[in-house]
Amino acid sequence: MKRRSLLTAAAATLATPSLLTRAHAATAVGVTATEIKIGHIVAYSGPASAYGAIGRGHVAFWKMINDQGGINGRKINFITLDDGYAPPKTVEQARRLVEQDEVAFLFNPLGTPNNSAIQKYMNSKKVPQLFVATGAEKWGDYQHFPWTMGWQPSYQTEAQIYAKYILKNKPDAKIALLYQNDDFGKDYLAGLKVGLGAQFDKMVIKIVSFEVTDATIDSQAVTLKDSGADTLVTAATPKFAAQMIRKVADIGWKPLHFLTHVSASVGAVINPAGPERAVGIITSQYAKDPTDPTWADDKGMNEWRAYMKAHMPDSDVADSGYVFSYGVCHTMLQVLKQCGNDLSRENIMHQAASLKDLAIPTLLPGVLINTSATNFHPIRSMKLSKWDGKTWSLFGDVITG
Amino acid sequence: MDGVLHQVFSGIASGGIYASIALALVMIFTATHHVNFAQGEMAMFSTYIALTLIQAGVPYWIAFFATVIFAMVVGVIVQKVLMEPLMNAPVLASVGVFIGLLFIFNSTAGWIFTYTLKPFPSPFGEGGPLFGGFFSRHELGSTAITLVVLLSVWAFFRFTRLGLAMRAAAYNPTSSRLSGVPVATMLALGWGLASGIGAIAGMMVAPIVFLDPNMMAGVLLYAFAGALLGGITNPLGAVVGGFIVGVIENLGGAYVVGTELKLSMALIIIVVVLTLKPAGLFGKVLSSRV
Amino acid sequence: MPRIAIILGCIALAVLPLLGASGYQLFQLTLVVTYAVAILGLNLVTGYNGQVSLGHGAFYAVGAYTTAILMDKFAVPYWATLPVAAVICAVFGFLIGLPALRLGGLYLALTTFALSVAVPQLLKYKLFDDYTGGVQGIVIDKPDAPFGLALNSDQWVYLFTLAVGIVCFVLIANLVKGRIGRAMIAIRDQPLAAEAMGIDIAMLKTYTFAVSAMITGIAGSLGAVAVQFVAPDAFGAPLSLTFFVGFVVGGGASIVGPIFGAIFVEFIPNIADQISKAAPGAVYGVLLIALMFVAPGGCASIVRKLAARMPWNRKTT
Repeated sequence: MKRRSLLTAAAATLATPSLLTRAHAATAVGVTATEIKIGHIVAYSGPASAYGAIGRGHVAFWKMINDQGGINGRKINFITLDDGYAPPKTVEQARRLVEQDEVAFLFNPLGTPNNSAIQKYMNSKKVPQLFVATGAEKWGDYQHFPWTMGWQPSYQTEAQIYAKYILKNKPDAKIALLYQNDDFGKDYLAGLKVGLGAQFDKMVIKIVSFEVTDATIDSQAVTLKDSGADTLVTAATPKFAAQMIRKVADIGWKPLHFLTHVSASVGAVINPAGPERAVGIITSQYAKDPTDPTWADDKGMNEWRAYMKAHMPDSDVADSGYVFSYGVCHTMLQVLKQCGNDLSRENIMHQAASLKDLAIPTLLPGVLINTSATNFHPIRSMKLSKWDGKTWSLFGDVITG
Repeated sequence: MDGVLHQVFSGIASGGIYASIALALVMIFTATHHVNFAQGEMAMFSTYIALTLIQAGVPYWIAFFATVIFAMVVGVIVQKVLMEPLMNAPVLASVGVFIGLLFIFNSTAGWIFTYTLKPFPSPFGEGGPLFGGFFSRHELGSTAITLVVLLSVWAFFRFTRLGLAMRAAAYNPTSSRLSGVPVATMLALGWGLASGIGAIAGMMVAPIVFLDPNMMAGVLLYAFAGALLGGITNPLGAVVGGFIVGVIENLGGAYVVGTELKLSMALIIIVVVLTLKPAGLFGKVLSSRV
Repeated sequence: MPRIAIILGCIALAVLPLLGASGYQLFQLTLVVTYAVAILGLNLVTGYNGQVSLGHGAFYAVGAYTTAILMDKFAVPYWATLPVAAVICAVFGFLIGLPALRLGGLYLALTTFALSVAVPQLLKYKLFDDYTGGVQGIVIDKPDAPFGLALNSDQWVYLFTLAVGIVCFVLIANLVKGRIGRAMIAIRDQPLAAEAMGIDIAMLKTYTFAVSAMITGIAGSLGAVAVQFVAPDAFGAPLSLTFFVGFVVGGGASIVGPIFGAIFVEFIPNIADQISKAAPGAVYGVLLIALMFVAPGGCASIVRKLAARMPWNRKTT
């Protein structure tokens, strides 16, 4: 409520465009005195259409901002396009947004291969490619790609957190790794290698992959158990993670189980697999899980729930895509506010790289967003948490990778 | 040695999944002489209907049979509305319709039921895992259901006049029509039965792999392979083929080529088998007409 | 006579965008040409020869990777990678075509479909990581216009792709019109009779498969140059399905069909996206089925009907 009145006040003072704003509006692409044009690409169709929820969440968020009067008197013109998760289509849509629609910048395009396909183009055109929706390590490469920035903690960072934990608490662990054979899963392998260092070859005794096209991972679970490992790291998307949790319990294996945060959703993974089977699993989180009872009365999550109720009443609140959308949109909102009236691409990029201790309602307490000219990883901190049968209980300090 | 045994068990368990879908594929091929690309998606959609009913408080078995009937009706409608008008069109037009249906069912399921993973209940109870956890009660129960369906299908086509008429209508519509077989009705019935068996397979698979709109994507290829390996015209062959594919996949992935290449290896084995026995292990070689 | 005039007119029409289209539109058109060539390859083996392939994405992938690896690791210029990609894909197609001789209809469809699922896994196999870039793929440079031509890089890539595409279309059009083409069709329609007439079925089927793979491989190569990026998971089963949809929409055994098919698979998803963000796939499916009802023989059948009504054709028949 307080923010809202502040916004309207800000909007009111800026409603009369001064000479200064007009001058800036003329030089900044995709920005007029009344509008900021933002481009977005996500898979609404094709094999990854589950992520379409993120795009629909974004649309609702910017509509809400517009209903509240916009930012500095400017309404957001949010153009979101489908790429079906196919990189050639991503290139086509990015070029459309940049060259035909002339957006100010691209916000949160989804997918590692998809962002890889347009990264060079975006940087040669000097158009910001902000807060990409992928957890690959490479989105923080400010030296080679000063126009590209990630958002969520990288998968490698997460794997290193597990490695550190293992080295400290279970130095004689015999580790087994299950990874999805794609860019996402391979990053966990890479992260463990970095995190365990010289110990990697000794400690990791079995590595098994699976394909997203596989029907089940039962065979892999059996192989990993038979290896004699006592520690398991699972880097799998929700469906396979749920299968793994169930199978590991069913074959009577009780390893110390680390599970990627991508698949830590209570509603979409733990409950389907059986909450009793997951007891003892450790994950690391940076955002609050909407289906975890821990946050049933949380102030930030209540704000999010109220937002969902008001703006997306028919949507599935168990879908973590909406929480993700809310968090990343909030970050973007802060950047645009910080830009003031200088909405040139240079300044948007500059402000994106000048976020200081930004707290987002949907992120864990203590997880703050920080960027600088030499830090293009907005979220670097996570907290370990353990499944106690009913909720994820956080333990330990905020760990920064 | 223990490990090998475990892999075989786990392979038989996944093989059961492939077998149930393979059976549905055989059914539609026998009854319509088409391979419906959308078969898996239609089964997935039916499974969502079952889940909706169960969540509304309908007892499992009532929901089960209601879903089978729903799936059969959908099958008949698809045949009557989409396939029949294209009966005299080039076969590619039907293929186009199949692919279109695949997109429609997949996308609509995601839209209505969301993409969030959902657990699907098993009628055989959660219970404790059996035989050291390598078979769940559900895996045993669903294998039994597959066998019951298999027996019924076989008996239906083998011993009933209706079954014979359906096979005839699919195999040679023109001659059948001349012999007084109502071809259009038979084809519609075939679509209905195939769709119903698909729904059963979907409800048996969902408790194992979890229900989401892409549930069938991973299963279908292996099921298809199982059906062809056993012989697309032979229900028993398809079921056996499904189990064989499950075991080969597991053993190959665990011991021979590694998990990254197990699909390629399964592919090579199937090609070799089919090159030696073109109609599948148990298929009848059909003599071609000149 | 008018036939040549129409073809020349079409080529003139295809070159026209160079004058006015934006870079983004040229990129779209480049993709259309690329897909048209890929579908042309599929049409040769499936439309003319009756061997159903659900795995042509695999040949596209091999072509694309050949170009990307040669450009990235061996600094070979993009144009020189094309013949290499063509040869590699032809050999690959020949090898796949060998067992295909014995696998009819459904069996071949399954085998090729499995191939399309298996290829991404092979591309990211750890032994080839150094060359393929593993799961991350390869980013390549965009070619500039040579000889100091006053074209920007988008215009040049379009022109280059178009020129290669036209060569492919002319080659295949001549191939199917001649003796070999008639033999292909004979094998599709009446295999026993064809054999009785002395056609070496085994030889010709394998040969067709190889040529088809080569054409689709060239398309993959062109696609890599245009998109400047290859990654294994971009070449899975959905790509093969896209080509197959394009083939069905265009119409079997037709030279102009693939062009319509390519236009469909390139632009209809964009339209579906505009109609519904909730279920664009369903919109796409409905449009596809609607088209099958309007033109069960594909777009090519409509073109044939229209052509038959043209005055010069009516006179001769």
